[in-house]
Amino acid sequence: MALVEIKNLRKTFGKLEVIKDVSLTVEQGDIVAIIGRSGSGKSTLLRCINGLEDIQGGSITVGGRDVSAKMAGLKEYRQRVGIVFQQFNLFPHMNVLKNVTLAPILTGKIKKPQARKLAEDSLTTVGLLDKIEAWPEQLSGGQQQRVAIARCLAMKPELMLFDEVTSALDPELVGEVLKVMEDMARQGMTMILVTHEMNFARNVANKVVFMHHGRIWEQGHPDQMLGDPQTPELQAFISSSRT
Amino acid sequence: MRTFGTIDLLAFATAFQYTILLVVLALIIGAPLALGFAMLRVSRFAPLRWLSAAFLQVIQGVPLLALLMFIYFALPTFLGIRLPPLLAVTAAFTLYTAVFLGEIWRGGIEAVKRTQWEAAACLGLGAWQQFRHVIAPQALKIALPASVGFLVQLIKGTSLAAIVGFIELTRAGQLSAAATLQPLLVYSIIAAIYFVVCFPLTQLSRRLEARLNGAR
Repeated sequence: MALVEIKNLRKTFGKLEVIKDVSLTVEQGDIVAIIGRSGSGKSTLLRCINGLEDIQGGSITVGGRDVSAKMAGLKEYRQRVGIVFQQFNLFPHMNVLKNVTLAPILTGKIKKPQARKLAEDSLTTVGLLDKIEAWPEQLSGGQQQRVAIARCLAMKPELMLFDEVTSALDPELVGEVLKVMEDMARQGMTMILVTHEMNFARNVANKVVFMHHGRIWEQGHPDQMLGDPQTPELQAFISSSRT
Repeated sequence: MRTFGTIDLLAFATAFQYTILLVVLALIIGAPLALGFAMLRVSRFAPLRWLSAAFLQVIQGVPLLALLMFIYFALPTFLGIRLPPLLAVTAAFTLYTAVFLGEIWRGGIEAVKRTQWEAAACLGLGAWQQFRHVIAPQALKIALPASVGFLVQLIKGTSLAAIVGFIELTRAGQLSAAATLQPLLVYSIIAAIYFVVCFPLTQLSRRLEARLNGAR
């Protein structure tokens, strides 16, 4: 059975319909890249999967369970699904160690004495073990984003969502974050990411989804999608993002 | 008439203890209420927000002196019981603290970015955990200078209790001035005592703010 099953999803903000009849299947181990212009509904789709937005129609099923912002057990669900945001959202009043271990300790995933080991493991994955005692404001944007990824990893999620995680970074810092994501992909993490990084979508993802006006306009294998786009909208989008 | 002397200073010392007592009682009872009030003000349930906002308007729109007089002089005619002065003034200052400190803390809570709640929620923390571990420490830091500023207001505000005959520092000054006919001397001393207490507090607030900034 598919890990994520989205059927006929509808999402509106007041009168504005941001997601219209979207259906999407994500298998275990898939790396799905969602591309599209801003305002096409791709970030909202991701937020719906995490229960950050309530939905007006259709269904989202993750691991066989219906997901919604009002569901019972939303808290437990979120302990299994990680999300990384564009703006990192680290906790500024905690050092890196505490940022990473807060949730595993509070949710009872781990006891305090083992917390440091867990943080060390997660930070090693993102290559920031030496920053374990640092404070967020002492880190570069790329480092902060890698800590945010480590913070998610410490919860040992089954699925990770990435919401334009490199869009707020200086160009020279994008690479280090993408590399971490690539490593995670290679280790078999299921990932859904909203991204503007076409090369990443082409080289790492096994499925690309193009959203346009709140619909999935086209989806398929990256080579086919990016090499031979079928719709004029996708063709226009690809040629505009090459510049 | 008598001359100003040691006996007046002793009276000030005793009365000052009552000033401190009022402040401490108002804080001990008022601060937890303030926290609760701040939570009501940002509650997800609209009726709770409306009710607390209305209550805020009433307390904010009434001078502290009028609130004191209302509780001490007017309430007995409603309830048929006369509150002892200590109880009446404590009730007034507690209410004052709950509302004004609560408003300061609400501001602190709302100044923390919405995305901090989101980030904590997305890690699977419950609402109270989000508040306790992620929001409150940041809100406290933001609200600390204003909170200590309020404490200074509260200390000075307790002088109004003199109106209902409660003998705290200012009332003791009135009595002493009346007996010695030396208002300039007496009120200078009274003012100096308030200043000596309040001035270090504002300094402390500044230092705490600096330390919190340094800690991160």
